Amino acid sequence: MDWTAVWLSIRLAIIVASVLLVIALPLAYWIAFSRWRWKFLIEALVALPIVLPPTVLGFYVLLAIGSRSPIGRVWEQWTGHGLAFTFEALVIASIFYSLPFAVQPISAVFSQLDPSLTDAAATLGAGRWRTFTRVVLPLSIEGVVAGGALSFAHTIGEFGVVLMVGGNLPGVTRTISISVYDQAQSLQYDAAHATALALLVFSFGILALVYALMRRPWAVA
Amino acid sequence: MNPSTSLRAGLFATVRARRSDAFSLDVALSAPAGVTILFGASGSGKSTVLRAIAGLLRPDAGSIAIGPRVLFDRSTNVDVAARDRHIGYVFQHLALFPHLTVEENLAFGLHGQPPETRRRKVREIAASFRIDHLLERRPPAISGGERQRTALARSLVTDPAALLLDEPLSALDHVTQSRIIDDLRRWNAAHEIPILYVTHSHREVFALGDYVVVLDNGRVVVAGTPHDVLEMPEQAALAQLAGFENVLQAGVVERKADAGTMTCRLAGAPVDLEVPLGRGEPGATIQIAIRAGDILLAIEPPRGISARNILRGRLASLTRDGAAMVAAVDAGARFVVHLTPSAADGLGLTIGQDVWLVIKTYSCRIAA
Repeated sequence: MDWTAVWLSIRLAIIVASVLLVIALPLAYWIAFSRWRWKFLIEALVALPIVLPPTVLGFYVLLAIGSRSPIGRVWEQWTGHGLAFTFEALVIASIFYSLPFAVQPISAVFSQLDPSLTDAAATLGAGRWRTFTRVVLPLSIEGVVAGGALSFAHTIGEFGVVLMVGGNLPGVTRTISISVYDQAQSLQYDAAHATALALLVFSFGILALVYALMRRPWAVA
Repeated sequence: MNPSTSLRAGLFATVRARRSDAFSLDVALSAPAGVTILFGASGSGKSTVLRAIAGLLRPDAGSIAIGPRVLFDRSTNVDVAARDRHIGYVFQHLALFPHLTVEENLAFGLHGQPPETRRRKVREIAASFRIDHLLERRPPAISGGERQRTALARSLVTDPAALLLDEPLSALDHVTQSRIIDDLRRWNAAHEIPILYVTHSHREVFALGDYVVVLDNGRVVVAGTPHDVLEMPEQAALAQLAGFENVLQAGVVERKADAGTMTCRLAGAPVDLEVPLGRGEPGATIQIAIRAGDILLAIEPPRGISARNILRGRLASLTRDGAAMVAAVDAGARFVVHLTPSAADGLGLTIGQDVWLVIKTYSCRIAA
């Protein structure tokens, strides 16, 4: 088994899932509670990576971070090297790619929350932050865990986007899915079997955890 | 400073809010220390008034104050946030935090106070509302009555300047209800804050209220003591709300000024009623309100009786409602009559049989 690739994938997924939780919590809160008339446009934009082919998403990200783009140029001035085909590029692309998998479960639990609970918190003197941390978040924790787990697992399993913006550099951008592809292409079926099976078991474990958490233990009529 | 005990201030609110094309709210009310019932049918705007007072809804115009403390005033752009209004609110479905224990629910509003103070206040309020044995439990694991007590205690532990109750007891049986109300009254005897209690049950008006404000379609119809309000129905809608189960359209036939009565004929039927002299010249249309409990029911034509109105009719239905029997009688109009189960048994009533309704003149009230 290609342990370098396994470790790289896990590192990538942990970073992406962590960043996504920070982005997704306020974004999901806004989607769940905003009454802005054009909100559906933002919702559609967030859901876009679900339907878009990963290669298309990867292509646009590549354009956006390439050395001819403003972002790519600023990055080159800061760091002295290009952004494309680096681990950082993978992180950026994966954040876009997995965004809906973090946002949607979280906004779903937020919007199921009984609004009189947040009203009650307000009449008891709680400000927005305290209401969020003491009432909204604890009652939505399954959704938040599901969002984190799904974006983690989704990042582990990505292939097309990685190939587009990261290439196949061992220890830098060769993730576990690329490694399986390589092994199968070079007829190393035993190695491919081991890696593929590990990925399968891991993905099943994550999904089982998510579905277990979706059952609210305190939900009594 | 403790505003609730130092000021003993009344609550004053004028609220104008347009909720839709079909419904707008325009209400002015005051609630002194004690229980004020905000009474009206569902959709009359009761909950909207409460939400505006609590700061959960911003009125289009008006002002809200507790004593000298202005919470909202559109003309001077004062709008104190809900969390700073210091008003207790018990929601219709209670809104207890299901993931917190009863103790944590009670302590939620005491955030920022020293732990020792919090513990003492939680213990005191839990004892006042008899939930001290439940502190470790979570709301889903306790009974409906215990949840109501917890919700009441949670809103009062912060020593609010006023308390708003949105039909919190409507789901409970009468005995549990009145025990909780007794505890609330006992608590308020020491604190004397204005309590605004929303209900659409007229039974609760007499049972609970020191004052009553009647709301209909977003307007205050009448306000006063329960006795005044319910004994003097000024409008047909109010009469129906206030327990006058029979509200009948009738035309004035003849005024008998020396007898102090007038004769009226029911709309659509050749049935005359002798009613107290009131507004309305002959030919005018009036509404007559009669309580279901003020009508006697007989299975033979009554004779030698002082009541002026004896109507022949047919028993259309007989149903049980709690401890009472409710008879519907067709006698030119549909009359609703309340009687005890033993009386209904004793008469041996069967559906479709002929019955006679006996109604005293002074049981008939003229609703404008």
